[in-house]
Amino acid sequence: MGRFTIPREEYMRSGHVGCQGCGACHAMRYALKALGPRTIISIPACCWAVIPGVWPSRNLDVPMMNSAFEVTGASISGIRAGLDAQGKRDIQVVGWAGDGGTADIGIQALSGMVERGTNVIYIMYDNEAYMNTGIQRSSSTPVGAWTTTTPIGSTGYWEADEKKDMAEIMVAHRTPYVATANIAYPEDLIRKVRHAMEVQGPKFIQIYAPCPTGWRMDPGRTVEIARMAVSTHLWPQYEVDHGIYTINLKPKKTDLKEYVKLQGRFRHLPADFVDAWERRVDRNWERLLEKERFTRELVEKGLLPFHPLHGSSGKRPGGVGSHSADLPTADEVREDGE
Amino acid sequence: MRKVITGNHATAYGAKLSRPGVISAYPITPQTTIVEHIADFIADGELSCEFVKVESEHSAMAACISAQNTGARTFTATSAHGLALMHEMLMWAAAGRLPIVMVNVNRAMGPPWSIWADHLDSVAQRDTGWMQVYCEDNQEILDTTIMSFKVGESRDVLMPTMIAEDAFYLSHTVEPVDIPDQEDVDAFLPPYDPPFKLDVDDPKGFGSLVMPNNYMEFRYLMKLALDRARERIVEVDREFEEAFGRSHGGLVDLYRCEDAEYLIVAVGTTSSTVREVVDQLRSEGEKVGLARIRVFRPFPVDEVRAMVRGVKGVAVLDRVYSFGAFGPFYTELIAALYGQDERPVIKDYLVGIGGRDVRSKHIRDIYSNLKAVTRDGLDSETEWIDLNRPGGGA
Repeated sequence: MGRFTIPREEYMRSGHVGCQGCGACHAMRYALKALGPRTIISIPACCWAVIPGVWPSRNLDVPMMNSAFEVTGASISGIRAGLDAQGKRDIQVVGWAGDGGTADIGIQALSGMVERGTNVIYIMYDNEAYMNTGIQRSSSTPVGAWTTTTPIGSTGYWEADEKKDMAEIMVAHRTPYVATANIAYPEDLIRKVRHAMEVQGPKFIQIYAPCPTGWRMDPGRTVEIARMAVSTHLWPQYEVDHGIYTINLKPKKTDLKEYVKLQGRFRHLPADFVDAWERRVDRNWERLLEKERFTRELVEKGLLPFHPLHGSSGKRPGGVGSHSADLPTADEVREDGE
Repeated sequence: MRKVITGNHATAYGAKLSRPGVISAYPITPQTTIVEHIADFIADGELSCEFVKVESEHSAMAACISAQNTGARTFTATSAHGLALMHEMLMWAAAGRLPIVMVNVNRAMGPPWSIWADHLDSVAQRDTGWMQVYCEDNQEILDTTIMSFKVGESRDVLMPTMIAEDAFYLSHTVEPVDIPDQEDVDAFLPPYDPPFKLDVDDPKGFGSLVMPNNYMEFRYLMKLALDRARERIVEVDREFEEAFGRSHGGLVDLYRCEDAEYLIVAVGTTSSTVREVVDQLRSEGEKVGLARIRVFRPFPVDEVRAMVRGVKGVAVLDRVYSFGAFGPFYTELIAALYGQDERPVIKDYLVGIGGRDVRSKHIRDIYSNLKAVTRDGLDSETEWIDLNRPGGGA
């Protein structure tokens, strides 16, 4: 008998209205397996605003609220505060937003939420464009991609800008736990969500979630393409835990051309463009390896991990004060002074 | 306990006495001292609640909505541009049937920048589904905050309330205010107990996609809720009077209107000046009264119809203009009276836009003009009062 490595419990029932081969559906299913039933989820405008089904149907077995496009960070701040006000501190509060809702219109509310030390998990499922509205480019769309607002035309009007690096933006916020995950690596995804549940304060997980409809790819190859994103080093699987980088998978590098040719959104790209892009990917990978090495050096020097500073006597949402190490609390300061 | 405090301080006391679980707010002039007083209450241990210091008003309302959805009572305060930024979330709060209470300090919208009193900010939110109550003094702000939780949280209402106070005339002006005892407020306002909430033991979905075969019904339920709120506002005002010994007039606050041939309709602090002038004119033998529209949403249609019976002329004082049309309070009044057998002459006077003082002299001039147009026929539907004419001079 083999041993199951993925929990058998399901909190996402059948009957979702996602497209065939939808990566975002895999992402939700695995994340909920990790989170369990004591979870409240807030979903802004995105594919997942539709996927649970049309009222009165709903395929999620956890309480959920829809919210406006740009408010996920504020919404889960409010849910956390509302629960804390009622003494309900043992419930996981999760924001579940797409790449546009996170990297574009929702980045202000997300930044505020993280800065306030809110004890929540923010999950960005990244399908690399505004898919629910019909494949318009977002700041998370990769360079070179076709979308309906970056049509190729006669002038080669494809996406000119590199994908915004949300994980690094979250690291710069001193977010206690930042991770990238991928629907093709469910055990790793589940481990990361479970770890996030143990960490106090804000957590950010960015999940790679292919969109066959928008990427112009075979819906039967969602998992295969997701694996290739990792093996090409285009999508490194890594986590940053209180400032310390760990690359979870270091696969032997495969050819970016193989990844590109399976997706219609890249069909137009000249070979030399893909070569230049690949050199860029390799440099990004090298930089990430250096970050891992460097932050380990900082651990040896005692400069990492960082600990959140909470001076308001443990009254922050989720009682984050218990995690403090660097600074005394306000109460301790008062006691010292007397 | 009686204290001499500003409208913003009274607001903070009203919020504190209502025992909110969550307050989420962002600072904007002239609302700032509300959040400052609330922060002081929390810092001094007088108020126990989660205070989410968000990065924008849009997020303030979003956080209130989500917190209220968990079953917590929430409060916020804003003004002008902050309210405009919230616009999207105001509709979310109302359609989410969340009885949030918010104080809006009425301030002019830029450009040009202005921080003074004007009703465009709140009137522009007319169709969001929020109840709107316009206050005349600081006591009324405090009392209305407590009453609004009770009205909004009624199981047959479940709608949010915006309380409007004029910038500086109330927000920064001190008046004696009676601050009720906490136990009396607790007896009047029971804890928030919504029929539905985000609950891991009873998982439900909120705000899911609906098709056109159901959307209209959700909107019809909101219509019924605000229709019922008309009665609840009057009932709760009566209950408040029984508990605390004072009433603020329910939907329309009538002053010396019994045998009046002329009415001056006013909103907010302008009403106090009108009250003064009505007393003067009454002593001169004029049959004139003040009708203060206290509640703009739900609009007091029946009360307005009743109050003009036997009246010859009505002056509506609007501190806001709907460009390309008329003053909004005038338009609403006209709409309520159209089709009635008996209709007085009604004229719209634009006053105090952007915080310009409305003085007794202006009210007296308006009254004289009203009498003239009632006798001779309307010269125009609207008149802007105390306007600097191009080329100088008033």
